Amino acid sequence: MRIVVAKVGLDGHDRGAKVISRALRDAGHEVIYTGIRKTPSEIVRIIIDEDADALGISTLSGAHDTLIPKICNLLKNEELNELIVFAGGIIPERDRKIIYDCGVRAIFGPGTNTNSIFDFLNESIKRKESGESVGVGETLGWHWIDE
Amino acid sequence: MKLWGGIGLMSSDELLKGAKSGNRRSLSKLLSEIERGNFIFEDHSKVWALGVTGPPGVGKSTLIGKLIDRWTNSGEKVAVLAVDPTSPISGGAILGDRLRMINSDVGDSVFVRSLATKNYPGGIFPKISDMINVLSYCGWSRIIIETVGSGQSEIGITAFADRILLVDGPDRGDIIQAEKAGIMEMADVIVVNKSDLPRSKATANLIIESLSLGSKDLIPVLLTSASENSGIDELVNCLESLVPDQSRKSLRIRQILLSHWTSLVISNPRFEKIIKDASNGSKSISESISLLTELFEKEEN
Repeated sequence: MRIVVAKVGLDGHDRGAKVISRALRDAGHEVIYTGIRKTPSEIVRIIIDEDADALGISTLSGAHDTLIPKICNLLKNEELNELIVFAGGIIPERDRKIIYDCGVRAIFGPGTNTNSIFDFLNESIKRKESGESVGVGETLGWHWIDE
Repeated sequence: MKLWGGIGLMSSDELLKGAKSGNRRSLSKLLSEIERGNFIFEDHSKVWALGVTGPPGVGKSTLIGKLIDRWTNSGEKVAVLAVDPTSPISGGAILGDRLRMINSDVGDSVFVRSLATKNYPGGIFPKISDMINVLSYCGWSRIIIETVGSGQSEIGITAFADRILLVDGPDRGDIIQAEKAGIMEMADVIVVNKSDLPRSKATANLIIESLSLGSKDLIPVLLTSASENSGIDELVNCLESLVPDQSRKSLRIRQILLSHWTSLVISNPRFEKIIKDASNGSKSISESISLLTELFEKEEN
């Protein structure tokens, strides 16, 4: 898959995003890492130009409840409904329902085993191929639950 | 070839129409179709493509950022193809991350696409050629193909451009490596970046010296400091007034064919077995060489 890994918010803590990028590469994916401090519209532009299949959003600065919905809305406006979106970083439990309701299909907190992310992506591909909804703009309901 | 997408079912021809009329999504989807081998576009007539290569850490991306600024300021549209090597082990790649570090997202006048070299026969060749042609046809007046010049095939990719810029930095020592790879002879312009640092003038002189010992025509060697924004205008003028040298064309074709060949060898499934047998001693090196030769002789029959 072509996966864009985006780090949003004004902080520069990008180690998580870089670790994930490398792990995804080692699992055979093509990863486009956007660099830090990209705005939602810049990220959406990158998704379009790179014809990405998935987007991983990394957020640690507490801006997840504004920036993630903003990104998801922009994606839907651009009719990128099939894009698979997942998020990581610091996203407290109490805020997660809102994030899932935006169309994000998985949230991975600190200390997540990278295998979970691979499993999520594989599951997403399976769902997509069998016509089930998995994109950010498709029918809500399914999201990844980490065991 | 039909495609699904938010834009509905579209054929490659419809995508081409959309791309030409400025639809970025169509352009992006079309490039993917080319990458999958589903679409070919051979019209090369309006292409202006610059290959940029050089060792890591010399400030290539910053320099490219400056070129983009200059050209977009004068109303041009710049497309960048950032090519990175696919991992031979995992088959994955981290693409274009160095380019993303600069603020080149200047809206509608810049288009950046990241590509992996891929390990299958031919890899991204010759699809880069079709991509350049399509981009040009759709109004992208300056196209930059960027690779990190670490290996033969990476350098070979820049050969698809009709002019090549080699970027080096002071004190790198890589220029000697570049000389061995023949890349220096392939370049149309050589830039020593980070001219704000002390040894860059000396490095530039070294390059000029080794060039004058070789080819008949002297390749311009320029000093720039991308971070301090100096030497950029001279570089732009040089690039724009460059007339692609026909004698270098055969050098480039040589490079293209050699890279293609290496790609074929690497992606042959039996190549790994030959390496394995030679490594654990079950075959000698000369036996391995014979096996390798036989691989390709057999396929010709």
